Amino acid sequence: MEDDGGSLKILIADDNETDRMILHAIVKKQGHAVVTASDGVEAVERFIEEQPELILLDALMPNMDGFEAARRIKELAGEDLVPIIFLTSLKDAESLAKCLEAGGDDFLSKPYNRIILQAKINAFSRMRNMHLTMQKQRDQIALHNEHLLHEQETAKAVFDNVAHSGCLDSPNIKYLLSPLAVFNGDVLLAARKPSGGMHVLLGDYTGHGLPAAIGAMPMAEIFYALTSKGFTIEEIIKEINAKLKAILPTGVFCCACMVDMEFREREMKVWIGGLPTCFLYRSGTGERVEIASNHLPLGVLSGDQFKVKMQVFEVSEGDRVYMWSDGIHEARNDQDVMFGEERLIDVFDRCTSPESLFDDINVAVEEYLGEAERDDDITLVEVRIPNEREIEELPEETIDISDKGPMDWHLDYRLNPLSLKYFNPLPFVLQLITEVPGLRRCSGQVYTILAELYSNALEHGVLGLDSELKKNPQGFSEYYDLRAKRLEGLDLGFVNFKLNHIPTETGGALTVLISDSGEGFDFQSKLDDGSDKQYCGRGIPLISTLCRSVTYKGCGNEVEAVFEWHYTQTGS
Amino acid sequence: MAIVSSLDGSTGELTIKVKGRFDFSAHQEFRDAYEKVDSAPALYLVDMGETTYLDSSALGMLLLLRDHAGGDSARIKISSCNSDVKKILTISNFEQLFEID
Repeated sequence: MEDDGGSLKILIADDNETDRMILHAIVKKQGHAVVTASDGVEAVERFIEEQPELILLDALMPNMDGFEAARRIKELAGEDLVPIIFLTSLKDAESLAKCLEAGGDDFLSKPYNRIILQAKINAFSRMRNMHLTMQKQRDQIALHNEHLLHEQETAKAVFDNVAHSGCLDSPNIKYLLSPLAVFNGDVLLAARKPSGGMHVLLGDYTGHGLPAAIGAMPMAEIFYALTSKGFTIEEIIKEINAKLKAILPTGVFCCACMVDMEFREREMKVWIGGLPTCFLYRSGTGERVEIASNHLPLGVLSGDQFKVKMQVFEVSEGDRVYMWSDGIHEARNDQDVMFGEERLIDVFDRCTSPESLFDDINVAVEEYLGEAERDDDITLVEVRIPNEREIEELPEETIDISDKGPMDWHLDYRLNPLSLKYFNPLPFVLQLITEVPGLRRCSGQVYTILAELYSNALEHGVLGLDSELKKNPQGFSEYYDLRAKRLEGLDLGFVNFKLNHIPTETGGALTVLISDSGEGFDFQSKLDDGSDKQYCGRGIPLISTLCRSVTYKGCGNEVEAVFEWHYTQTGS
Repeated sequence: MAIVSSLDGSTGELTIKVKGRFDFSAHQEFRDAYEKVDSAPALYLVDMGETTYLDSSALGMLLLLRDHAGGDSARIKISSCNSDVKKILTISNFEQLFEID
C-alpha cells in the first residue's frame, strides 16, 4: 500500500540500542520524522516535548516499563488519538493482551517485518486522520448548536415581547408552558377585551423548531392588535386564518382553540379546530362539558371556505375552561403507553375541589410519567370565570388619560350601492371611533350599537326586507336568501353615517346618526302602541340599554343614538 | 417499505397503502408515491388499513397530496382507518376535505 498517511512524527522507545537504530532506519526510510527514547521515563518526556503522532513502544524497559509509559501517555493525550504500537518479543497471549489493556492500540513482534510495520503505521495514520476529522466535525456541530441555541434565545426574546404583552398573569389564569414552547410549536395568548372580557388562544403548530415558531409571530400580532381594537372573536380568528393560509406552506398549519369570555354577560364562545376536546368544568355542579373540535385547523382553508361558527356556553362564576395541546394526551410512560383522554377524564371525575384541578392534572401526568423521559412539550391552560370583585381588580389595559387623541370631531360618511355590496364599513368606523382616548375600552358596546343600526339601515331600509320574515326557521333562511339577492341587484340607495364626538367632564359623548334611502317606518304609531314589541326585530331594546338615548327621526329612515362614556368606568 | 402504491390502469385509481407509523419519517416515500406516477390518477385512495399511528405532520402530508391532486377538486378517499387514526382525523375535521371511511 502507498504511504497514504503523509509524513508523521514517530516516537521510538526501546532500551536496546541496536533495535532502536534498526527501527529508526526503517521508519525514516519510509519518510517519517523520528524521535527516540531509551526507557519509559524518557518516552513520556519526549512525548510531552515533541508531541509525536504515533508511538512505537518497547514493552520491557528499565526505569519505567512500556505498560506504565503507555498509560501515562494516553492520559496526557486526552481525547486526541495517539496510536501506540507495542514492540515485544513476548509471545504468550496474556502478555500481548496486557499491552492492549495498558492502552496500546496494537503490537508488533520482534524481529520486525518491515512490510507489516509499514502497513500498521499507515493503518494507524488513517485512523488518526479519521479521528481528527471526527473531532473537527464534532467541534463544528457543538459550535453550530451553540449558535442555534443563541439564535433561539434571541428569537424567543423577540417572541416574548410580542406574545407576552397580554394578560397571561391574570389571577384567573393558570398555565403550563415549556420555556421554549414556541419552538415546540405551542403558543398561548391572552388579552383583555376593551369591553372587559377576555380572549385566550392556544395554538399548536405542526412540526418543531423554526418553521413552527414562525407562524406564531403574526398570529400574536393579529390577536393583540385586533382584540385591543375591539374586533370580535369571529373577525380575529378569520383574520388569523387568512394570514396563516397566506404565509404558511401547504402541510404546515396550526391546531387552535380560542375562547371569548364575557365576564359580565356570563357567556363564553369557543372556536376549536384540530386540538383535543376541551373541557368546561362547572364548579357548582361538578359537571364536565366537552367542547370537541368542530373545525379544520387554522391555515388550511382559504378565506371563503373558512368557517367561524362558534360554540356558545352560558357560564357561571367559578366555572373553568381547560385547553391543552396533545402533549398531555400523548405523554408516554416507561411502557410507552400514552396518558390518553380517559385518564384525564378520570382526574376530573375524582375532583373534590375545583381549586386544585389544575394541579391535580399536573400531578396525575407527573405520576404517570414516573421515571420515563420527558419531552417537555406539555401545554395546559385553565381560565376561570372571575367573580364581580375580581373583575374590578383584573389588570386593565392601561389607558393614559393624558393621551391626546381626537376628542372633538365630526364625520359624515356615505356608502353608495357599490360600497354597500362589497364592503363592511364597521371595522373602519370602529377604528376611527376607538382613536378617542378612553373610548377604546367601550369598543364592544360601540360596535354593538353600530352593527345593529347599520344592519337595520341596510336590510330594512335600503333592501326593504321585512323582519317579520325571520320569525320562523324557514323564513329565517328565506330572509337571508332574499337579502343576498337584493344586495346583488342593488343599483340605487345609500346608508349615511354621521358621527359626532364631544368631550364631557368625565369622558365623552358619541352621537351616531344613521340614515338610509329606504321608506322608513311609522315609528310614531309603534311608540303610541305603548309596547316596544314591534321594535324587537330591530335590536333596539339592546341598544337602548347601552345608550343614553335612541331616537327615530324623519319618516323613520333616520335614527340617532347617543352613547356616553366615562374615564373611571370599565363598562356600560 | 412502509408505503406501497399501485395505479389501476383501467380505473385510473392510485392506491397508496401506508403501513405502521405515519409520521415525518414517511415524508419522502409518501410524496414519491403520488409524484412519481406517469399519468394523472382520476382518484386517490389512501389505504390506512395497516396504519397504526398518525401524527400532525402526516396530516400535513395529506394536505400536500390534496394540493397535488387539484385542491378543492381533488378526489381523495381515506379508507380502513383504525379507531385511533380515525379519531385524529376527526379532531382535525379532515372529513371536510377528504372522503373518510
